[in-house]
Amino acid sequence: MSIYDIIFYLFAAVTVVSAFFVVTTRNIVHSAFYLLLTLFGVAGLYILLGADFVSIVQLVVYIGGILILILFGVMLTQKITSVDIKTKTTQLLPAAIGVGLLGGFLISALTGTQWRNFNTPVPETTASGLGLLLMQEYIVAFELLGILLLVVLVGAASMARK
Amino acid sequence: MHITLNHFLIISSILFSLGIFGIITRKNAVMVLMGIELILNAANINFVAFAKYGNYGLQGQMVALFVIVLAAAEAAIALAIVLNIYKTFATVNVDEIDTLKE
Repeated sequence: MSIYDIIFYLFAAVTVVSAFFVVTTRNIVHSAFYLLLTLFGVAGLYILLGADFVSIVQLVVYIGGILILILFGVMLTQKITSVDIKTKTTQLLPAAIGVGLLGGFLISALTGTQWRNFNTPVPETTASGLGLLLMQEYIVAFELLGILLLVVLVGAASMARK
Repeated sequence: MHITLNHFLIISSILFSLGIFGIITRKNAVMVLMGIELILNAANINFVAFAKYGNYGLQGQMVALFVIVLAAAEAAIALAIVLNIYKTFATVNVDEIDTLKE
């Protein structure tokens, strides 16, 4: 077992176990912090796949931005002083059965398929290649994304303040 | 046992299933958002894994970047909506919010 495999199983265990706790913990603040561990594990998996820039973006945008937004959402919509921070669950058993069937089907279908397997060597760094793609092939999508973010900024601000 | 594409696909399947589980069992709207984030991460793992093992160069990583940006936009808008719902109904329980007008 090489060092690559050991690191993969480490990050995979962190991701899956903390994702399990995200959806099963009763306390919503604990869920948010387990989500942090999940996102961190996924960033580690990106590095193992040779996607260093995507991994850093995951850390900056997800953990630095989205998780903070979610924590703000928790704090602004729960009465922190009371003990009403617990969240209720509904229909646990049917959901567990259905999701178990779905997961088993997905795993068996994905692992049963013969994928093309090249295992291309990992490039030294991906940031320059991604930047060139962004400025050449994906320039229209990039500009549209900028407009979308502006619309989201104005929309979220105007919706949240009234 | 050497790590192959299947290992990453299994991880993303488990994340996807757990995200669906969170969405359909939780009553708090913020928890539903966390389930959506889990599902988006599962899709992203697939994109990056297929980009490496399917010889697609950097195209898969590009799509993953777009997904991350859209997830940030979605989280901002969804939390603005959740705050409005909380102001109007004084609850974020998605089972009790069943009217469009006050």
